[in-house]
Amino acid sequence: MTMTHGFPRGRAAIVGAATFGIGKCPGISAVDMAAKAALLALADAGISLSEVDALYTSAPYEALGGMELAEYLGLTPEITDCNRTGGSAFEVYVQQAALALDAGLIDCALIAYGSNPASNPPPGVGMTRQSPWEAPYRPLAPISSYALAASRHMHLYGTTREQLAEVAVAARQWARLNPEAAVRDPLTVDEVLGARMVSDPLTVRDCCLFNDGAAAIVMVRADRARDCAKAPIPVLGAAHAVTHREISSMPDLTVTGAAISGPQAFAQAGLVPADIDVVMLYDAFTITPILFLEDLGFCPKGEGGRFVSGGHIAPGGGLAVNTNGGGLSCVHPGMYGLFLLVEAVRQLRGAAGERQIADAHLAIAHGNGGVLSSEATVVLGSAQAAG
Amino acid sequence: MLQPEAEWRAHLAGGRFMIQRSRSTGGHVFYPRVAEPGTGAEDLEWVEASGEGVVHAVTVVRKKDPADNYNVVLVDLAEGPRLMSRVDGLPADRVAIGLKVRARIIEEGDTPLLVFVPA
Repeated sequence: MTMTHGFPRGRAAIVGAATFGIGKCPGISAVDMAAKAALLALADAGISLSEVDALYTSAPYEALGGMELAEYLGLTPEITDCNRTGGSAFEVYVQQAALALDAGLIDCALIAYGSNPASNPPPGVGMTRQSPWEAPYRPLAPISSYALAASRHMHLYGTTREQLAEVAVAARQWARLNPEAAVRDPLTVDEVLGARMVSDPLTVRDCCLFNDGAAAIVMVRADRARDCAKAPIPVLGAAHAVTHREISSMPDLTVTGAAISGPQAFAQAGLVPADIDVVMLYDAFTITPILFLEDLGFCPKGEGGRFVSGGHIAPGGGLAVNTNGGGLSCVHPGMYGLFLLVEAVRQLRGAAGERQIADAHLAIAHGNGGVLSSEATVVLGSAQAAG
Repeated sequence: MLQPEAEWRAHLAGGRFMIQRSRSTGGHVFYPRVAEPGTGAEDLEWVEASGEGVVHAVTVVRKKDPADNYNVVLVDLAEGPRLMSRVDGLPADRVAIGLKVRARIIEEGDTPLLVFVPA
């Protein structure tokens, strides 16, 4: 039995959630966007800005972004984090905030992010160095790394390009039900297969968007959560694992750290994958949901391609995956992890409109960072399901 | 004081593909570093790699002109470590997982570069 590691199951809750500027958000800066999303999430919770005493953010181009956002909002947080586990940072923040809230170190955590690379192209020099051991071979960052993992999965398990394409088509079908999603045109498997090949086996339609967007969530302890504006969504489990930085050092190209974080988060929650109603998986590329469905235990290792076939994760399928349209069709401004959490909250509140999953009481949000390098799983439930 | 990357590059410039090995554990290490990952063993020595390997994973980066396409591979060295490289001497889309390859040091952009060719 996996240890629960003392996670304070259900003792902290997400009480506010918001997005801002999805798609195109020109004329303002990334920190403007993060601040707008933060204020929307606080209003959603019915909590004033002055109550925030912990700030978690991952600025797109500013290494010292935690301090930047604190200053911008006029906060004096007693915990400030700007961690660099890529798109998984936000699931890690939920874990860290839940622990700090339960310990009584803080009373109100704000997790916020904004980025508008489509409107405001990033500076030429990024915040990460090129690997001297990979850069001379000119892999496209990060797609070639994911393509290498996909090649291995196809070789070992017979996963096909059609199965990869099913992931993109399912995401698009969900996006068509989400007015906020950036890309809502119809998409077929043949169109994905016929799209421009970028790094075999991945075409441009196997790749996530690179558009604008901001999101924020607010967390408090369960007792305070009862007095908030909307139904609180308790955090039932949260776990994280880092396995490598560069793809050449990934221990096994077909097994991610989700095989560690997932079982731990489920054990903390006292749940199994079959209990989950809404599955939010970081879909940077079509191979990633396939890997995470396997590693998180929704299907056996190697079966992910067959699992997603026949519209199984599309609207009306057997498992509701990435109901907002995902990074593939809704939003991906560089680090997508916070949008997974917002969509999970909306589903568990029953506020997901046309794409609402009936009787959704339990959800997971699984974030990915780097090149399958950092994996973090959060299990959320309605207050009723949390028990 | 060990200078992992600089020493490795000096060996490569001298025509030798070297990797590290821990005297105590016998484990081989690539990329070069100050200690063996996992054990922390600092008793690393340079040994010449056999140069033998197998393609573990492959992708082809597609350019506007197909003639400019190139492959990127992960190679499992016979000694155990895995590294990123390129297979020369085959059309990009003929490079397949399982292909046996051998290391070769070439000059590219005036600097030595480790690549592989079919064994």
